[in-house]
Formats: sequence, C-alpha cells, structure tokens
Amino acid sequence: MSDAIKLTPPLSDADVESLRIGDRVLITGAIYTGRDAAHKRLTDLIQAGKHLPFEIQGQIIYYVGPSPAKPGRAVGAAGPTTSYRMDAYAPELMRFGLKGMIGKGARNQDVKDAMATFKAVYFAAIGGAGALMAQTIKNAEIIAYEDLGPEAIRRLEVEEFPIIVVNDVRGNDLYEEGVKRYAL
Amino acid sequence: MREIHISQITAAVRDLCIKSNTHLGEDVLQAFAQAIDQEVSPTGKDILEKLVENARIARVEGIPICQDTGFAVVFVEVGQEVRLIGGDLKEAINQGVRQGYEEGYLRKSVCHPFTRKNTGDNTPTVIHLDIVPGDRVQLIVAPKGGGSENMSRVTMLTPAVGIQGVKDFVVQRVKESGANPCPPTIVGVGIGGTFETTALLAKKALLRPLGSENPDPELAALEQELYEEINTLGIGPQGLGGRITSLAVHVNMMESHIASLPVAVNIQCHAARHKEIVL
Repeated sequence: MSDAIKLTPPLSDADVESLRIGDRVLITGAIYTGRDAAHKRLTDLIQAGKHLPFEIQGQIIYYVGPSPAKPGRAVGAAGPTTSYRMDAYAPELMRFGLKGMIGKGARNQDVKDAMATFKAVYFAAIGGAGALMAQTIKNAEIIAYEDLGPEAIRRLEVEEFPIIVVNDVRGNDLYEEGVKRYAL
Repeated sequence: MREIHISQITAAVRDLCIKSNTHLGEDVLQAFAQAIDQEVSPTGKDILEKLVENARIARVEGIPICQDTGFAVVFVEVGQEVRLIGGDLKEAINQGVRQGYEEGYLRKSVCHPFTRKNTGDNTPTVIHLDIVPGDRVQLIVAPKGGGSENMSRVTMLTPAVGIQGVKDFVVQRVKESGANPCPPTIVGVGIGGTFETTALLAKKALLRPLGSENPDPELAALEQELYEEINTLGIGPQGLGGRITSLAVHVNMMESHIASLPVAVNIQCHAARHKEIVL
C-alpha cells in the first residue's frame, strides 16, 4: 500500500485534481460535519440567497452525526453515515465551493458529474469504526443548528484523519473498480 | 406465581442498551478473525483489522462501537407463570432505553417521520413481546442502525419462482446494497408466513450467534449456498472490493399461504449488536 497523502483544508483545485481513486489521505485541520437535516437547511439558505453559517470555499463536509462526548472528550463515536441521502444537496454545495465530502457508499451520477464540473472529490471513511475514527478528532464545536442535536453542524479539529479517495475529478469510482477486480 | 418487579426490567434494559453498544459479541470478533484469514484484498484485510481495533477501543474506553447506536429493538419473552408487578411493562422498557441512552452517552436517533424532529430520548422502543411457558423473563436488546436497515426489503414472490426465486432476490438485494450497509454484513432472511411475519423472521435470524449451525439441515444448506454466492460478488469490506461481503447468512422459515411466497431480507452491518439477560 502506498504512503498516505497529507492534506489540510481549505483545498485548492490543484489539490483536488492531484487525487486519484484509491489514494489514502490523512486530513489534519478543520472539517465540518453535516448530514440530512443540515444539508436541507444549507441548500434552503442558498436558494433564499442567504449566507451559509461557514465559509464553504475549499472545505470538506464529513457526513456524520457523532454520539455524545463523554466528559473530557471531543466527541463520542464518529464514523461516516451513508452518503446517497445527501446526493440531492451535494451538487449545489459544490457549486458554492465545497471541495470534499467524506462518507460511505456510492454516489449518483449527478454528484459524480458535479465533482468533475466543480472540481471536488469524494472520500470514504470506515463505516462502523466510530470508536477508532474518534481517536483522530481532537476538538468539536457546534457552529450551527444546535437544535438538530446529533445532526447539528460541528467544526471538527482532526489530526491525521484517515480516508480513501472513492470518486475523483476524472469520473473514476473505486467501488466500481473494486467490485470488477474481485467479483468471481 | 413468581413475581418480578418492573424496576428490574428497567434496570436490565438500561444495562443491555449500554453493553450492546460498547461490547461487540465474541462470535462477531471470531468471524472477523476468520474473515481476515480469508480476505484476499489488502485493503479489505486492512479494514477488517481496523474493525477489530475499533471493537477493542469501544470495549476498553466504554464508547460506542458505532456512532449510530440505533433504534432500540427489544425482544421480551415473559413466562406465563410470572406476574409482573409495580407498573406498566412497556413503559418500564421505554424508561430503561431512556436511561441507557442518556447515561451511556449513546446517540438519540429517533425522530418524527416528516418533521424529522428528534424525540430526544431514543424512544419509543420497538418491542416484540411473546408469552412462553415457565417462570422467567428473557430480554434481548438489539440496537439497529439506519444504514443497514435502509437496505432491507420485504417482497411477496409468486410461488412458481420457488427456491431459486428466493435465492435470486436475496443475492440481488445484497448486490444492489453495495457499500451502503457497511459490509461485511450479516444477512437475515425470512421466508414464509405473512407480510409482517416474514420480516420478523428475518430480524430474529440476526440474533442467532455467528458460527452456529441452522438446526434445519435444508436451511443450513440454503444458508451455505447463499453465503458462497454472495461472497462471489466482489463487494468486500466497506464495498471497496474483496471476497468477504458477508460474514454469514441466517435463514428462518415458516409455512406460507397457498397463494404466497413472502421473503424478507434484513441486512445487518458488521456492528452486529445484541445482548440478553434472563430474569
């Protein structure tokens, strides 16, 4: 397995274009959480011509709703949720500068097309490894929609958060390639 | 009659909610070890090893295996020689879930279907109640995550399609689910009964320990066939390619109506959580 690529958001077009499916990436810095309900609110704001609660240019959204933090910890368990539920909203956020998405499971063609058009990339984290993933999350702060509880938008400070590139800007898909390679 | 105070039920449910979410069963860990030996994809093997490490961290640090600590599904068997005293059984179970999810730092994941407003305490609980002979009460708490539940299906097949039609439906469901339900999965299959019974048969199939043989030889053979076919799909751990798409297939079957062949596929992610106690 090749060495991991280390990245810190905000990501540039060049950062994104350099990534290829199967690349292992370690993120250090700030990423934002968002899942179903938060995505709906963000795209509603865009449609109403209003500002988003954080500067989205170059940023990465992690599809996660962490479990509550025990005292002295940043988060509880914090693995990815299934991404297809965000497919309806993701292209609009990429149009406004979102460069990365972290989740699990395949994306639809609209999302893949938007990744090519707006230069963005989709990463997978290990689903169901929430206790392990949480070890790389050093701080968590709710920045919007506290009323959504686990679905509130949090700014996470991460250190060498491990992910893998599933969809790149060239239209490649690691899920499709993986199945092709190992199907009997 | 033997008396059991419902406060015992609340305390037991509370403890089982916490324990099931932080302590992965030995049977699942053994299945991981076997899968690591069998997996040919280096990425797949690496993921399986990380799942073992994840389970260790969860157990040692008392944090959930997965952030999706599930809808609390509770199976209750009440012996007919037991008299429950001190209050309402269902409320006692809900109270146990409330306490377990709050005190165990578990995520509350239950909401209104349309407004999506969170109920805030992970209730209501899904309760399956059965009356059985004897003077004991058995409680099984099986938290069920949304990702794998979303990939589950019930269908009413035409009897003419027979066993091949059932196999095709199960394999196709796993194939279409791809990476979504967090493979390697456990596939619970219900066959027969009515529309709702077949789903419950599939769900109960997930409670059987991994590595145990189906007592019905016909179903044991069907499980083996399905397991082998599913693991030719190439989906692999986390859907990134590999041999081990499922750790096991468990089948429950009962008689069906002369007009029907109901089939349910209940997919369980690798965080296969359930704990039980007998009072």
